[in-house]
Amino acid sequence: MRVYALLLRLYPASFRHEYGVDMAEIFARRRRDAVGPAARGVLWIRTLIDVVTNAAIVHADIVGQDLRYTARTLRRSPGFAVTAVLVVALGIGATTAAFSVTDFALIRPLPFPEASRLVKLWERTPGYSRMELSPANYRDWKQAATSFSSMGTYASTSMNLVGAGDPQRLEASWVSADLFPTLGVAPLLGRSFAEADDRAGAAGTVVLSYHLWQSTFGGDPDVAGRHIVLGDTPYTVLGVMPATFNFPASTVAGSTVDLWTPFRFDEQAYQDRNNNYIVAVARLRPGVSVAQARAEIQVIANQLKQQYPKENRDTDSTVIELQSDVSRQSRLLLEALAGAAFCVLLIACANLANLLLARALGRRKELAVRTAMGAGRERLARQLVTESVLLAGVGGAIGVGVASAAVPLLTRLVPTNLPTVGAPSVDLRVLVFAAVLTALTGIAFGMMPVWRMGREAHLEGLREGARAGGGRKERLRSALVVAEIVASIVLLIASGLLLRAMWRLQATDPGFRVDHVLTMRTSLALPKYESTTRRAAFYEQVLADIRALPGVANAAYTSFTPIVMGGGIWPVSVNGQPEMRSEEHTASLRFVTPGFFDTLGIPLREGRNVSESDTADRPFVAVVSESFVKRFLSDERAIGRHFTFGLSDRTVVGVVANIRVRGLELPSEPQVYLPYKQVADGNIIGYVPKDLLIHSSLDAGALMPSIRAVIRRADPQMPISNVRTMGEIVDGQTASRSVQLRVLGAFAMVAFLLAAVGIHGVLSFAVSQRAQEIGVRIALGAQRSDILSMVVGRGALLAAAGVVPGVALAYVAGRMMEALLVGVRPGDVATFASVVGLAIVMTLAGCLMPTLRALRVDPITAIRTE
Amino acid sequence: MYPHWLYSARVTDKPTAPDALLPLPPATFHILVAVADEDRHGYAIIQDIEARTGGELRLSAGTLYRSIQRMLEQGLLTEPRERPARADDDERRRYYRITPFGEAVARAEARRLSQLVKMARARGLRPEKA
Repeated sequence: MRVYALLLRLYPASFRHEYGVDMAEIFARRRRDAVGPAARGVLWIRTLIDVVTNAAIVHADIVGQDLRYTARTLRRSPGFAVTAVLVVALGIGATTAAFSVTDFALIRPLPFPEASRLVKLWERTPGYSRMELSPANYRDWKQAATSFSSMGTYASTSMNLVGAGDPQRLEASWVSADLFPTLGVAPLLGRSFAEADDRAGAAGTVVLSYHLWQSTFGGDPDVAGRHIVLGDTPYTVLGVMPATFNFPASTVAGSTVDLWTPFRFDEQAYQDRNNNYIVAVARLRPGVSVAQARAEIQVIANQLKQQYPKENRDTDSTVIELQSDVSRQSRLLLEALAGAAFCVLLIACANLANLLLARALGRRKELAVRTAMGAGRERLARQLVTESVLLAGVGGAIGVGVASAAVPLLTRLVPTNLPTVGAPSVDLRVLVFAAVLTALTGIAFGMMPVWRMGREAHLEGLREGARAGGGRKERLRSALVVAEIVASIVLLIASGLLLRAMWRLQATDPGFRVDHVLTMRTSLALPKYESTTRRAAFYEQVLADIRALPGVANAAYTSFTPIVMGGGIWPVSVNGQPEMRSEEHTASLRFVTPGFFDTLGIPLREGRNVSESDTADRPFVAVVSESFVKRFLSDERAIGRHFTFGLSDRTVVGVVANIRVRGLELPSEPQVYLPYKQVADGNIIGYVPKDLLIHSSLDAGALMPSIRAVIRRADPQMPISNVRTMGEIVDGQTASRSVQLRVLGAFAMVAFLLAAVGIHGVLSFAVSQRAQEIGVRIALGAQRSDILSMVVGRGALLAAAGVVPGVALAYVAGRMMEALLVGVRPGDVATFASVVGLAIVMTLAGCLMPTLRALRVDPITAIRTE
Repeated sequence: MYPHWLYSARVTDKPTAPDALLPLPPATFHILVAVADEDRHGYAIIQDIEARTGGELRLSAGTLYRSIQRMLEQGLLTEPRERPARADDDERRRYYRITPFGEAVARAEARRLSQLVKMARARGLRPEKA
């Protein structure tokens, strides 16, 4: 019988109380009738089925009843229903949108098998925590390390595909044969690289991306074995990678890697330990932790320091999980967004709880009557929870809709270096997240009034003229409002700080002309353009023709457009000091054509520009930035000084102003500009000038057709890509910030409004509950000013209780995102002062209506209701 | 900020027509039939149904009380205050009585069932003799 009593607990308590005894009795009779173990067994099985199915039906019945009841009551108070639903929709919508982006970028595992075991290996030198490896160091690390089951390497490049329609510039990647096996991804079609394809002298082979296979090769199922021409070298297609494979992430925002080809390192490649351009990816052996691998690689790096004291003196190592290979910047942006969304959710929940509490208070009588008529506490609790879950459910559904609409606007916040395909969207994971959040919101905040109700004497509600639900309830509601104020202050200050940071960034002078400059890339394919003379002929023809175009002021070629490519860092050695690779001993290297400084409006401070007469047979010269003079030449007279840089000794012939080659936020290394002719054939080939800059009053649309014609004339096989204005490039620096700021700002405004509404709600309620008291006071001779200060005083108290911790928390939040603030102090006085000012306005606005109402209390009517 | 119209509500149940509840679940119909002539308690209802159906239908306790609960809410049954004056009256037991609405519903269901049988017969589908 005890078992049966336990089984009965599956029924709702109300049902059990009503019929439990009778059911137990019937069961007892049945048990008496069942003789023998077989009959008993059958009885138990039947009983079990009976209890489970019927309990489920009874529960469903009650839910149905409650839903119908809720729908009816809500229809009668649409204002409450709409407010509650909107509040929930806002909270869930914001959080869901933020989650879908954060999940996509930071949380979900990368699309590789056992992705958590994949790590990236970098060299580390003073000032550079993640620097590419030199092939020689890579080879030594790989040979010595035991922590990994496999290791591969890659480097990004670009190649020109000719002979298949228009010449096409492709995002390509050099890979070692063991890269794909290390990642654990097999080709969709054909085969990937074998060791033999990756040896010096092996025939050219490529694996295509799914995208390129579809777009250029029409999805040809027999593509494996086909011959293609890249630059002017023949390659054989080996296979096609799956559509979801995008590794390494393209260095060009918005594009994906098109094809892969083996490194085929020769002995020459292993000579220079300071030629860092490859990235290593490794798979940890089972049971080996990242920390162990990190320790082992550092030991190896230390051995190499002793073995190669000249080149490796400053070379340490970094090992990080592939998953966390997202810049600190992007991570912070996303974390700030997620934190803000969570704040909005909390505020929304606090508001929902306040709404429900107020409603429960207003329905006290109804609930007490129902209790008196025999509805158990459990039934009432279920009713209230059903109501809040229904509200939360509808709100959550709308919130998910809001999130689906908002997510595409947030993709700007996704770091571009993710090895994934596609964009964040509201998918199953996100839906589950939203559903759990909604259910929690509904249940937790539905339970709050129930829990309150349980503490009150049941019959209190029936007493006529009962005053407010006691000080406790009011304190809880006040606490919720204070929490709303805290959260809104934190959000407002965070947004304010980020706004100041963005203004500061946007006001930053990059040091070069931003308006009326058009940029594009014409990648000069190797080995066709390996010789310096051949390149010079191309530049001369193209630049002369472009300068002759109407509306063009000047044009020039450079290795890399500033900001687009911030790297290209080489060690500087002055007076025969050994080369060091720490931050204080490096400068950025750019080969430029004459006209570069004029095109970008970089002022020449001293000496002369690079010129056409700076040829390979003349003394090697360099134009350096002022920061270079300050750092390396002790700020003394620079012209005529010598230094070793980029494999040769160079003489300073000119000094120009600094530019922000690393972008608006990061500190830039000093700049060195070398004449494009002063480089040996095939040397520093990655630095071949290929980015074309044009200073023109015409816009890109008007200019491009004639530029295309000019380049086609010079080389019909030369593809043109990355056409962008300098303005777009510089704006791109703050694009993700401005998206984040707009989102945060919207969150902050919503939070601010909700908090104001919260203050208004608590005060209104207090005034209406205390109308009698106010009436009595007025009757006893209290002045209007006393009433005024009573109401406003409470409002001010609420605001102060929220502002003080809010300001403190905001300072903490500011400290946490200091890296995003580009020098704006986390305790920025102007920001804090304006937000506190806003909080005062908010409090006054929230107090306005309740105060007016309190002042209008008519003592006679107020007292008479007693 | 939450004026009265935001949260006040009053709810009443609308009366239902007997036909609106048709077709009745078999258990409901049997229970109505069982209490048609006299008030019975739960176990007596089960026994009555079992006897009338020749042991074919033996309601489980769960099905019985779940149905009873729903029927009380629908107004098909009531729990009478006065107890039947009989020797076997058990103080603890709860008795159920059919309401006029319950009778109307039972009649409507019986009519529906007999019409179904009539229709079947008209097409030559006669029940086989047991």
